[in-house]
Amino acid sequence: MSKGIFSLKSFGPAAIVIALVILPSIIPRFYIYILAVIFVTALLAMSLNMVVGHGGMFQFHHGAFYGVGAYTVALMLTKTSLPMWVGFVAAPFVAAFVGLLIGLFCVRLSRLYFGMLQIALGSLIWAIAFRWYSFTGGDDGIHGIPLPSLISSTTGAYYFGLILLIISLIVIYLIFKSPFGATLQAIRDNPERCEAIGINVRRHQLIAIVIATFFAGIAGVLFVVVEGSVFPDLLFWVFSLEIFVMCLLGGWFTFAGPILGAAIMISLRTFVGIYTEYWTLILGIMLILLIFFLPEGVWGYLAEKFGFQRKKLLEKERQ
Amino acid sequence: MDFVQTITLPALGSHLLVGLSRAMILFVVTSGMSFVLGVLRVPNVAHGSLYMIGAFAAFSISNLFGGGSTGFWLALILSPFVVALVSLIAERSLFCHLYEREHLMLLLFTFALMLILGDLVKLVWGADYRSIMAPEYFRGSVTLFDAPFPRYNLFLLGMGPLVAVGLWLFSNKTKIGKIARAAAVDREMVGAIGINVSWVFAFAFVLGCFLAGLGGALVAPTVSITIGMDHDIIMEAFLIVTIGGLGNMWGAMVGSLIFGITQSFGILFLPQFAIVFPYLAVVIILIWRPTGMLKSVW
Repeated sequence: MSKGIFSLKSFGPAAIVIALVILPSIIPRFYIYILAVIFVTALLAMSLNMVVGHGGMFQFHHGAFYGVGAYTVALMLTKTSLPMWVGFVAAPFVAAFVGLLIGLFCVRLSRLYFGMLQIALGSLIWAIAFRWYSFTGGDDGIHGIPLPSLISSTTGAYYFGLILLIISLIVIYLIFKSPFGATLQAIRDNPERCEAIGINVRRHQLIAIVIATFFAGIAGVLFVVVEGSVFPDLLFWVFSLEIFVMCLLGGWFTFAGPILGAAIMISLRTFVGIYTEYWTLILGIMLILLIFFLPEGVWGYLAEKFGFQRKKLLEKERQ
Repeated sequence: MDFVQTITLPALGSHLLVGLSRAMILFVVTSGMSFVLGVLRVPNVAHGSLYMIGAFAAFSISNLFGGGSTGFWLALILSPFVVALVSLIAERSLFCHLYEREHLMLLLFTFALMLILGDLVKLVWGADYRSIMAPEYFRGSVTLFDAPFPRYNLFLLGMGPLVAVGLWLFSNKTKIGKIARAAAVDREMVGAIGINVSWVFAFAFVLGCFLAGLGGALVAPTVSITIGMDHDIIMEAFLIVTIGGLGNMWGAMVGSLIFGITQSFGILFLPQFAIVFPYLAVVIILIWRPTGMLKSVW
């Protein structure tokens, strides 16, 4: 059985990647764009899941770091004459730095207070971006950001997004599987016991936040590449909760769940949005159905049903 | 970023009053949220939506009775009950089945409720701006500190403490209030002595939402009622109950005062960044006292 799992596991992702590389030459431009948006959102949801799913922390305002990354690129490209790549490289680091600052205060607190303080700090960033017209463009945001010609077309943005997404996913996977990732998951399951065996819980949590916000910054860069604009809604807490829902929808105790969640959310929003303006109503109903019937998320449900993940093996081991 | 107003003592005084009346609205809303937090230990994300429904219901009821004084008072009395009914339906049909689940699910449920109620309001009332008039004797303004101060805001300044005293009497002097407080501390024990905890929770939830509706009805004559009200207030309410101490009613009062007053002084000192000041105050308080100003009931 384990051999079957192995071949399926390595074959599946490879097939998907090959399909995604070929796809843009077949499908219309609109779908290329939607896929690119899915890449951005998937990376964002994955980065959030590092803290929420693997780390068990209530990261309620993840969108703030995403927005900080996007704004950093946008401001560097429009307000400074530095070479373009500087902005692209700086954004994740700025996001991670903000993550470090906010994380320093948050990890001192217990679960719900952690989330509340983060909402407060994130909203402060939102309020500044929303109001500072002369610098961030206020509620209009920044439009028409000049991008390098290679990635300014939809297809260019698509491939850029795909490459960054794949690299990021490999790195996130390696972290997930590393001793650090294992420790983090142990902290999620039982912080007291981890503390007792000499793990510095807060430091691990802080490092996880910094890494996750770094990837959120990369997602912010991708957003600018795909959309060519930024606006304060990226930093708004409602959007952050939507990312949260994506993780839940996909299944946050699984590795690839958030990608699936992001893909489902973006596709639904796009295609439902064509027929009705009441998208949030549908999202709300979907979320309630999810809470009642699929608390493990779609991926978690599938994994349980078809047993193509380690969870079943683990359960067997336990017995 | 220039100082457009010369800052004088009367200006400070009148901004203080404006801030206080804003704080009273915030208090009525957040006291309800705090009550739910204290008993159920769930931050009710849908609280802002219920506040918005309260304001829209006040508009409809007031119109139904032809505006004027009767319309206003009936709206003020009835719309909290409309909101309470909505919350009772949501609680008994769906929410009550989740009490055994982890807290995050409860929180996400209230988020779902917020999304649904927000769009339902759009379906029922549309996306237009609405407004209602306060009765004759609340219109106009009086002169305080050499500046005009709306009469209606004086009414608000009275309502805030009234709600505070009412809620205090309720939770400390009535049996059901005491049971609710006991359930907040130890729900298993309350269940063990033969009290139906599920109904206690339902009651606490509905009472909290009732206060959200009351806040909405109170704010209705002073603002333009529109969709999107929920997003603004819920954020503020969240932060207020956090800096006050989760579940502590007097904490909600302290938090509301801090929030309302920093906001109105922000307008005085640096109008462009007025909305930044309350958030800044919240950040400073949370860094100084991470679990809020007053003792949390948790």
